[in-house]
Amino acid sequence: MTTLAKKDLLGIEQLTREEIELILVTAQSLREIQTREIKKVPTLRGKTVVNLFFEASTRTRMSFEIAAKRLSADTINFSPSASSISKAETLIDTARNIGAMLPDVIVVRHSQAGAPEMLSRMVSAAVINAGDGAHEHPSQALLDLLTVKEKKGRFEGLKVAIVGDIAASRVARSDIYAFTKMGAEVRVAGPPTMLPPGIERLGVKAYTNIRDAIADADVIMMLRIQMERHSRVLFPTIREYSQFFCLTPEILRLAREDVIIMHPGPINRGVEISSEIADGPYSVILEQVTNGLAVRMAILYLLASGSGR
Amino acid sequence: MWIVNGRLIDPANKIDGDYDLRIENGRVAAVAPRGEGPREGERIDAAGKWIVPGLVDMHTHLREPGFEYKESIGTGTRAAASGGFTSVACMANTNPVNDSPAITEFILGKARKEGVVNVFPIGAVTKGLAGESLAEMGEMKVAGIVGVSDDGNTIMNAAVARRAFEYAGMFGLVVISHCEDRNLSEEGVMHEGFVSTRLGLPGVPAAAEEIMVSRDLHLAELTGARLHIAHLSTAGSVRLLREARDRGIDVTAEVSPHHLTLTDEAVSTYDTNAKMTPPLRPERDVQAVRDALVDGTIDAIATDHAPHSPVEKEVEFNAAPNGIIGLETALPLVLRLVHEGRLPLDTALRRLTAGPARILRIDKGHLSVGSDADVTIIDPDFELEVDPTRFYSKSRNTPFAGWKLRGRAVCTIVGGRTVFDLARGGIL
Repeated sequence: MTTLAKKDLLGIEQLTREEIELILVTAQSLREIQTREIKKVPTLRGKTVVNLFFEASTRTRMSFEIAAKRLSADTINFSPSASSISKAETLIDTARNIGAMLPDVIVVRHSQAGAPEMLSRMVSAAVINAGDGAHEHPSQALLDLLTVKEKKGRFEGLKVAIVGDIAASRVARSDIYAFTKMGAEVRVAGPPTMLPPGIERLGVKAYTNIRDAIADADVIMMLRIQMERHSRVLFPTIREYSQFFCLTPEILRLAREDVIIMHPGPINRGVEISSEIADGPYSVILEQVTNGLAVRMAILYLLASGSGR
Repeated sequence: MWIVNGRLIDPANKIDGDYDLRIENGRVAAVAPRGEGPREGERIDAAGKWIVPGLVDMHTHLREPGFEYKESIGTGTRAAASGGFTSVACMANTNPVNDSPAITEFILGKARKEGVVNVFPIGAVTKGLAGESLAEMGEMKVAGIVGVSDDGNTIMNAAVARRAFEYAGMFGLVVISHCEDRNLSEEGVMHEGFVSTRLGLPGVPAAAEEIMVSRDLHLAELTGARLHIAHLSTAGSVRLLREARDRGIDVTAEVSPHHLTLTDEAVSTYDTNAKMTPPLRPERDVQAVRDALVDGTIDAIATDHAPHSPVEKEVEFNAAPNGIIGLETALPLVLRLVHEGRLPLDTALRRLTAGPARILRIDKGHLSVGSDADVTIIDPDFELEVDPTRFYSKSRNTPFAGWKLRGRAVCTIVGGRTVFDLARGGIL
């Protein structure tokens, strides 16, 4: 397979294993560009990429922008203020207007699940979901896969633990699809208030004790605890949460010796992950960020070349 | 006028056979064995069709006054007639709310002038649907309401609900309860389960409905009120209802055609036309409400016709308002269950006619000699593809667009007057 027969990238759920492998292989071949003195190729010259971010984001937006620029695409960043008009009007009217300017790719982030899918029905441009509510964040999962592929050389049989607010996490969902499709064994852990119903039907094992989840793990993915969700009676205090779910050197001993620690960022030091671990030898958190560029270049390249449209 | 050559089905009078129907002065004048009607002259030939009592929808939102951009009494009653309904009970969540006799009178006045079917207003239980103080139920009863309901604004304060049940009982008014613990619902926008987990949408657990069904059953027992549970949707609610009925509590219930037909999988494309409250449930709940409809635990099928403009529905799933329209798809969807052998025809028609009429205590839903000549003629084999652009409703919010269904109303007669005749182009 050399082309991605899809108009959009809305989630990992819709991808086949072959399509995932294509994106990863493409990312690996594009990564070499980043080591050059002039980090730019003319591949997407004349293409227009719109970064449409309805929800605040620094790193994902920046990553997509740099990725597009390294491929010579023209990029426009648009972050509509949610407060100026109602969100509903923003999405539909903005989508139609931007669609009428005939961009090639729209990268969209939105606080509500399903918004990218709705957008994709209204525009002919390729739509890349850069995170929608608690639904999916496919580019994050793909960069996670790339990071694991490089560190471990395989997916089959790996034990991957995802720990934190699974219910509210789009990263968790995309990672669950991604790693299970590639043959890894996925476990999720968090307090029951953060484990959504039926999660095991996605092919994972759910635990309420972090120790059970990370036992013999090859990969540990710690999720950011969103402090604002605290008001919804999900746990008593941040302090107590970290007592039971913070990844510390002491419990890390339960994992495999060559375990790698990942985090989609931004991290809350001392809440879900201790500083020693975040900055320690097992951490690949910054490599994830670098791989993010290569993966997003691959996605843009595969979709903007338009074979799926 | 005669309606001849059809199969007359009148569940209330236990009639199902080849009978002709004579209408005079707006009333049923005779039900006679086939062949007694005239061979020519003023007659409707219903060969191959069913002659049934005009359908009764006990749960409709006509949106007038206040939300005429969604629906009006004129358009809503036309949609009803086109769907075979000759009587509709309209909910109180208008603007202003129907919580005073003036609004009740306004609705009835409009219905007389612009409506094409019978309109029976439902009054609010509490002033402004705020759940705090009682609306003027007695005066509204005098003005013409047939029941009270705060519908989607479930009265969360049990003490207010208790007093409302007691007070409504004085006037013999049925209390129609939309059962939902709104604290437990939180910001949920669909049924909480595997599908909501997959889609990343906040869910409403079945327990949010069942807790309130349970509370209201207890309050009905405490107060002796007549309780009617609107759009019941879970297996747990069915279980509670059966248990309460076995103990002799005066309770009835309705189910909507969509809760009999769709599961929460319909939300999978984030189609806002699959968003309603109560939300679409998984298969086991759908099966449970079907069973309850067949065995009589559920007395009525009601549309919960809830028009919203495209502008309101073409938004992110979370932001979209709840509800779908149902008057023009209800009968074909119910007949689908009949054709599939899941629902006996007699039962289906009873739940659409005598069932709801009895709950509202209105003299409708049967074809007894001397009763109002509200008659619907159904072509059970009519093949149709649901096309919302051709609806009489002002709104288009249906998840059934494009569905191929069989059977529909072809002629609707209200008080002896034909208001809808498909052969003559529709609404007359």
